[in-house]
Amino acid sequence: MDFAFTDEQLMIRDTAQAFLAEVSDSAAVRAAMVSEHGFDAELWQRICADMYWQAIHIPEQYGGMGLGYVELVAMVEQMGRFLLCSPFFSTVCLATNALLVAGTEEQKTRYLPRICEGMTATLAHTGAAAGQFGGQWHAEAVEATVTRDGDDYMLSGELRYVVDGGSAELLIVAAREPGSCGTDGISLFVVPADTLGINRQILPTMDQTRKLANISLDRVRVPPTALMGEPGQAWPQLQTIINLATVALAAEQMGGAQQVMDITVEYTKERTQFNRPIASFQAIKHKAADMMTQVEVARSGVYYAACVAQEALTGGELAGELNEAASVAKSYCSDVYFSNAGEAIQMHGGVGFTWEYDVHLYFKRAKASEHLLGNGDYHRERLAAMLLDGEVA
Amino acid sequence: MKLSFSAEDEQFRQEVATWLQQNLTGEFAKLRFRGGPGDEHMYPEERKRWEQKLAEGGWTCIGWPTEYGGRGCSIEQQVIFNEEYARAGAPGHVGHIGEGLAGPTIIAFGSEEQKQKYLPGIVAGTELWCQGYSEPGAGSDLANVKTRARFDEEKGKWIINGQKVWTSLAHESDYIFVIARTDPDSVAHKGLGFFLMKMDQPGIDVRGIEQITGTCEFNEVFFDDAECDAGDIVGAPGDGWKVAMGLLGFERGVSTLGQQMQFQNELNQVIEIARRNGAAKNPAIRQRLAKAHTELKIMRYNSMRMLSGQGGSDGSLQKEALIYKLFWATWHRTMGELAMDVLGPESQVLEGGPYELSRLQAMYLFVRSDTIYGGTNEIQKNIIAERGLGMPKEPRVAAK
Ligand SMILES: Cc1cc2nc3c(=O)[nH]c(=O)nc-3n(C[C@H](O)[C@H](O)[C@H](O)COP(=O)(O)OP(=O)(O)OC[C@H]3O[C@@H](n4cnc5c(N)ncnc54)[C@H](O)[C@@H]3O)c2cc1C
Repeated sequence: MDFAFTDEQLMIRDTAQAFLAEVSDSAAVRAAMVSEHGFDAELWQRICADMYWQAIHIPEQYGGMGLGYVELVAMVEQMGRFLLCSPFFSTVCLATNALLVAGTEEQKTRYLPRICEGMTATLAHTGAAAGQFGGQWHAEAVEATVTRDGDDYMLSGELRYVVDGGSAELLIVAAREPGSCGTDGISLFVVPADTLGINRQILPTMDQTRKLANISLDRVRVPPTALMGEPGQAWPQLQTIINLATVALAAEQMGGAQQVMDITVEYTKERTQFNRPIASFQAIKHKAADMMTQVEVARSGVYYAACVAQEALTGGELAGELNEAASVAKSYCSDVYFSNAGEAIQMHGGVGFTWEYDVHLYFKRAKASEHLLGNGDYHRERLAAMLLDGEVA
Repeated sequence: MKLSFSAEDEQFRQEVATWLQQNLTGEFAKLRFRGGPGDEHMYPEERKRWEQKLAEGGWTCIGWPTEYGGRGCSIEQQVIFNEEYARAGAPGHVGHIGEGLAGPTIIAFGSEEQKQKYLPGIVAGTELWCQGYSEPGAGSDLANVKTRARFDEEKGKWIINGQKVWTSLAHESDYIFVIARTDPDSVAHKGLGFFLMKMDQPGIDVRGIEQITGTCEFNEVFFDDAECDAGDIVGAPGDGWKVAMGLLGFERGVSTLGQQMQFQNELNQVIEIARRNGAAKNPAIRQRLAKAHTELKIMRYNSMRMLSGQGGSDGSLQKEALIYKLFWATWHRTMGELAMDVLGPESQVLEGGPYELSRLQAMYLFVRSDTIYGGTNEIQKNIIAERGLGMPKEPRVAAK
């Protein structure tokens, strides 16, 4: 049985870890998170030029490295550990997946090589509906509208919670036919962010390590070549894109849950009270054991989902399991990251409540990641519908 | 990293499934899905015959080397066998303590004579074993055993005195393996011996203990000048702890996927009930069922990681193995509660008097023990914190 990293995958993981430990330490994260776009442009250039991470799963014919989703996940896990502030998630896990899954050959040939060169991009699919009922992230969240004007398309509406929406150079926009609802009438477009009629507003957010934006589309005119796939038929592709991004986000959460545990266990071994390290108190040990149990389970869930995601990208046998795998991984990892980060504050005592210690960075990132692309409850309800609904035999 | 088994392994799976399909019939048909947790008292005689049926087909001890009567199956094949066994609803294995614990210990630490004497009966499914570790004063603190073993030069035998408790299936067993103190002045891990003993003898008295389910699966076992042949100590006097701990290492997770298939059967049954009685429309129940499904799904891949074996570079237990017992036991306990909450008030009505439980009711009660036997949840957490995270050991208070 080979449910383990290959040597090459281990090398990718270890390289990512070593690089990020150097370039994404606490000081670097804190500097990046208060900058306008939330990342250090020089570091992003270094990642693109020296590491070539942005090209990891882009096929070689478009200038990419041609590796798979397991490799991508191994790297993203490390980014989560080190709270890397970068447009990687938006560019690679959202937009590149969108191009790979839904792009026409012409669009792939045009944009993927530019992503390999360092262009940033993101997916903008959610309207205000994403903020309702405690969060909804699939077809029901698509609200922007598309109408025809001659050969061109006109896009209008408000997009909310767009990851790196304030800085991305290229937008993948989801819009629906006026009057359509649910999974009907949805189309995807690839649109340069500087197109006339696009207005972007970066949102101040509690978690400062990832930037969200509102984007308003005011009769944005795009040519027919911007359409990805068939008009009004894009839901299956969009669903796959969201699922793929969800798997990557779960990997990031798992990495964060691991790191916040490691930091905390280290701290408890150093801090003494009652003449002994607080790590020797069973109440503390048992919290730590729960943290580790959850992280290891989360890891198994993420690697499973990564294998399914890889099959989904390559049309493998398990491609049909992607909805389930994404929700399994995201629901579990969302809960685990938040619970580990919350316990981390408790186990640190007073210093855990300070701005100076890094614990709050993880605590905030955990909640933000939980509510991005659907929290635990949302994904469990999605699973419940798969398990429980339909005719009773 | 791959999720699937090889083509040869899938072929093996087919072979197992076919055999079970053809043989779990006739007098054995009624054993399907019986004898599991909380149901061990059911059909003991039929299940012993089933054990022998399995042996005829060559399906006992499949992981043992062929020289000891096993099939020499790979880890993957053992996993597949267990998975198919549970999928087919084949009954709880009465021989599992012999096959999974006594046998492997004898193979690893036993003398040639012990191998000749004991292994064939286990392989044939004719001789059943039980585990004599726990005592009234030695539970989590297993090293605190007080049962004594003294060598009688005249008789040329070991004489055992003391008491074991919680001994599962002692009343059905032919043999027991016992840890007892060979050095009366020793404390804790030192001075222990590991003995293989015949149950049917005047010095051994077995008394059933009624469990929470109202049935008797475990027992008290009293040793009053019980005898053990000189050749039936495994290793030397004083090696008992080493042998006993080595035994824990044999649980390499091969039965885990089979166990999970049983869990899946239970979850499927609960989902079926929820759909029929409308609980599936209750948002809180939906969340809990989805969570149970999520964690069981991941449990499978955690086991596959465990079996794919990237252990610690220092040979330490892999992290995914270290957390496994705590995780599945807690999952199963939660599953029991969920089953009752899906059933609602109906969960309180028995199948019949005076105390006849349905399968799910028995499961619900039995799973309270999952977090106790084989190392309680609290002990598991100590081990995880100490071995997995390098946190300080529990302080030990000197024995009085
Ligand atoms: C159904 C069933 C079948 C069994 N079958 C067998 C069998 O076949 N053979 C056999 O030898 N034994 C068997 N056992 C016994 C089992 O291994 C013991 O029950 C178990 O090891 C716990 O010991 P105890 O019952 O003495 O509880 P105790 O050790 O007294 O524990 C009581 C409570 O104290 C906690 N505790 C104890 N020490 C610590 C610590 N250091 N830190 C934190 N908390 C602690 C425990 O977690 C538990 O919550 C069986 C038990 C059950 C329930």
